[in-house]
Amino acid sequence: MHRIRKRKPEEQEVKIQPERPWQPDEVLRIEHLSVSFAQYQKGLAKEDLQVIRDLNVSIRKGEITAVVGSSGSGKSLLAHAVLGILPYNARQGGHIYYEGQELGRERIKELRGREIVLVPQSIAFLDPLMKIGPQIRKGKKDPASREKVKSILEGYSLSPEVAGLYPFELSGGMNRRVLVSTALMETPRLVIADEPTPGLQMKLARRVMEHFRELADTGAGVLLITHDLELATQTADRIVVFYAGSTIEEADASDFSLEEKLRHPYSRALFRAMPQNGFTPIPGTQPYAAQMPSGCPFGPRCIHCTQECESPIPWRELRGGRVRCIHAE
Amino acid sequence: MKSYGVWAGKKIIRMMLLLLGVSLAAFWLVSVSPIDPLQANVGQVALGSMSQEQIARLEEYWGVDQPPLERYLAWAGDFFRGDMGDSLLYRQPVSHVIGVKLVNSLWLMAIAWLLSGLVGFVLGIGAGWNQGRLPDKLIRGYSLVMASTPAFWLALVLLIVFAVWLKWLPIGLSVPIGVEASGVTVLDRVRHAILPALTLSITGVSNIALHTREKVIEVMESDYVLFARARGEGVWSLLKNHVLRNIALPALTLQFGSISEIFGGSVLVEQIFSYPGLGQAAVTAGLGSDVPLLLGITVISAAIVFGGNLTANLLYGVVDPRIRKGEIRQ
Amino acid sequence: MRERKAWLNGRQRTLVLFLSALIFLGAITLWGQLFAEQAQVTDFSRKDLAPCARYPFGTDWMGRDMFLRTLTGLSMSIRIGLLAAGVSALAAAVLGTAAALGRTMDSAVTWLIDLVMGIPHILLLILISYACGKGFRGVVAGVALTHWTSLARVMRGEVLQLREAPYIKAAKKLGVGEFTLVCRHMLPHLFPQFLVGLILMFPHAILHEASITFLGFGLPPEQPAIGVILSESMKYLVMGKWWLAVFPGLLLVATVMLFDVAGESLRKLLDPGSAHM
Repeated sequence: MHRIRKRKPEEQEVKIQPERPWQPDEVLRIEHLSVSFAQYQKGLAKEDLQVIRDLNVSIRKGEITAVVGSSGSGKSLLAHAVLGILPYNARQGGHIYYEGQELGRERIKELRGREIVLVPQSIAFLDPLMKIGPQIRKGKKDPASREKVKSILEGYSLSPEVAGLYPFELSGGMNRRVLVSTALMETPRLVIADEPTPGLQMKLARRVMEHFRELADTGAGVLLITHDLELATQTADRIVVFYAGSTIEEADASDFSLEEKLRHPYSRALFRAMPQNGFTPIPGTQPYAAQMPSGCPFGPRCIHCTQECESPIPWRELRGGRVRCIHAE
Repeated sequence: MKSYGVWAGKKIIRMMLLLLGVSLAAFWLVSVSPIDPLQANVGQVALGSMSQEQIARLEEYWGVDQPPLERYLAWAGDFFRGDMGDSLLYRQPVSHVIGVKLVNSLWLMAIAWLLSGLVGFVLGIGAGWNQGRLPDKLIRGYSLVMASTPAFWLALVLLIVFAVWLKWLPIGLSVPIGVEASGVTVLDRVRHAILPALTLSITGVSNIALHTREKVIEVMESDYVLFARARGEGVWSLLKNHVLRNIALPALTLQFGSISEIFGGSVLVEQIFSYPGLGQAAVTAGLGSDVPLLLGITVISAAIVFGGNLTANLLYGVVDPRIRKGEIRQ
Repeated sequence: MRERKAWLNGRQRTLVLFLSALIFLGAITLWGQLFAEQAQVTDFSRKDLAPCARYPFGTDWMGRDMFLRTLTGLSMSIRIGLLAAGVSALAAAVLGTAAALGRTMDSAVTWLIDLVMGIPHILLLILISYACGKGFRGVVAGVALTHWTSLARVMRGEVLQLREAPYIKAAKKLGVGEFTLVCRHMLPHLFPQFLVGLILMFPHAILHEASITFLGFGLPPEQPAIGVILSESMKYLVMGKWWLAVFPGLLLVATVMLFDVAGESLRKLLDPGSAHM
């Protein structure tokens, strides 16, 4: 008897197509992204820890799309998955499309640092022993690169001397601008900002976000990954709420002005938790990745939860946005 | 720059104090010994041929009728003035014996030091860069085996293979027996130094390789390398801009810190290859109760080890911008 | 990324490795002890035999069974290593912890560590052996008193770090006594480090014991110590009796490696950072 050989992915000749037709104003679309790690539990048992279960998001040209989730929920892995720099023990599922075509291992290698750029969250992401100038131009030494660095720094009102400083010599205000300026050596089509305003006051954070708005105004799509819903509603165009490994709502930033406009019970709870809307805390905690309920991840904390919520919940369109809740209407 | 001067000054003073501590500890150790160096060497030719004055001075240092502290002060005072006393076995001033032996050892150790440093560094990078893959497994396996292999046994095996079986290289001695010192050619010297240098290098590599590997892995897992990869930097750019830059400093410390190990290895290796260096002299002095020589070698070798550490520290201060610009105080 | 179904997963493999290393080392120690008498037997009718089925390591010029001699020698090396590692580990723990008591104490301990590390190890062993009037005692004292430095450094670092840990500070604020603090909150953290450091000290101790006896300090020539065996073999190498050096040395290397394996696998098992192994 012949054993049927499983076809490897690269042997499939059918081109992978997005679920929904590609829109001309889209830069990036992520469908059903999952990321998991093999991990040991207590003792000798090995287990798969699924940190991202089902993440869906689409980034449009000239817009800032914010993915909002609580701290420690694995949001940064989203950025790493898009850029193809997940750690070696991670497993990735789902599909990522860039400019209408699947973004595979080889293609991202070509694009990252050129059309797709990352703005990191702190100067820990800069080499401590390399001066700012060479760091921005990735070690290139030609006069054109040097000139470009100078003009980029100027654009962020940083003096040319900054190029000769080491990261530890930068002041707090300077290093934000330096981090953003790393994105500008080439002309990015997609900017991924991973928590670019950690611990900053609202005023300062908004000033940082202005840099991203400027980038978006050049036609680039901006993916903002943050835990700060308030900042997101004030500075982004679209907001995607990330909860326990899944995206549970996609909405216009303006939807967050009124609780009724929101679709998911968790988004509404987040809304009520904002200072200007009553500061009501959400009871309970997010489930840990290893003890995820089978159906709706928010089920155990939801007042609308019914029997049907225990089976998988589809990601569906609703009122110009998307939601992962069978009761939303 | 002024702060760097102060910082360097402190390091130098600390080294002096450590050296003083070493001499004190070593002197204390030999003075508690039940062995009386004069009695042990009483039948020796050396004592017989010594002048009355020399013997009197020996008794001042090592005689039992004086308190140890006073003896130490007398010895240390002379030592400080460059007079290390007379060797009981060699019938010569200790400083002279050490001088001759040190020159012999120095180039053996220098070759082994540079070779093991260079090869270890390259292997460490190769292993760390390929973490978990075949090159890493091979290099790590080699290093683990070598770390468990005593230098003297490796020397014996090399001796069996290259000198006894293949007869390519001489069995021992840094010069052919029975040849006048003036008749020794450079080639002879080289031929006799090959096996000892090789043994020292082979064992020295493993430590440097393993530590370099660890540093490389640390750098590869850092946020800044993650970001560099996210910016599309290729293999060479990563290696040149980030890995080499960030492991150069730890490698420097490691290289200068390995002097002690090379020295320890040379004691065993010189013994086996009958190489007339400082290590062999140390063994002879220990076995023959030649206390002045043993103490002299201890202090000199500690000075070399501390000198190595100090050099690494001072270089670190010059090279690392964070120390140079006064950000970090060590 | 690609999942391979293995007979045992990484941690189980490590545990098996650790246990087999321990059992093997225990076996060598016992075996060597049991045949200590036979290892001394000379028989000139079987002298200078190359390795064969009857005498796997061959025999020497007095017809002694090299395999048994090697086992007995290693057994003694392991026992000296055991003692040395025990003493050194204790000293490391005491000094390392003492360093955390205050700044003066800390600089004194660091200074002492630097001092001991400044003298090349072999030279220090020679000095201590001389101080003890050479002989067996000198070897044991030398090996026992010189191996504490690196573990003391590790312990010091750990204790200093623990002192600053928020939960320790909180416990102090809550009025937990110093003694309870150390026993309940600090020792459980330090113990794994200590244990791993202890086991990883063996290889060094054994190698140094072999080296110093090889140089002729300590044990009398008739003792079947591994260093003595190897230094005797030197005289016979030129005559082509390679087995006298090669096999005892190989077994020594294997023993040292097994201790290394045991220590490293224990470290892996105790280290929470290996959760993704």
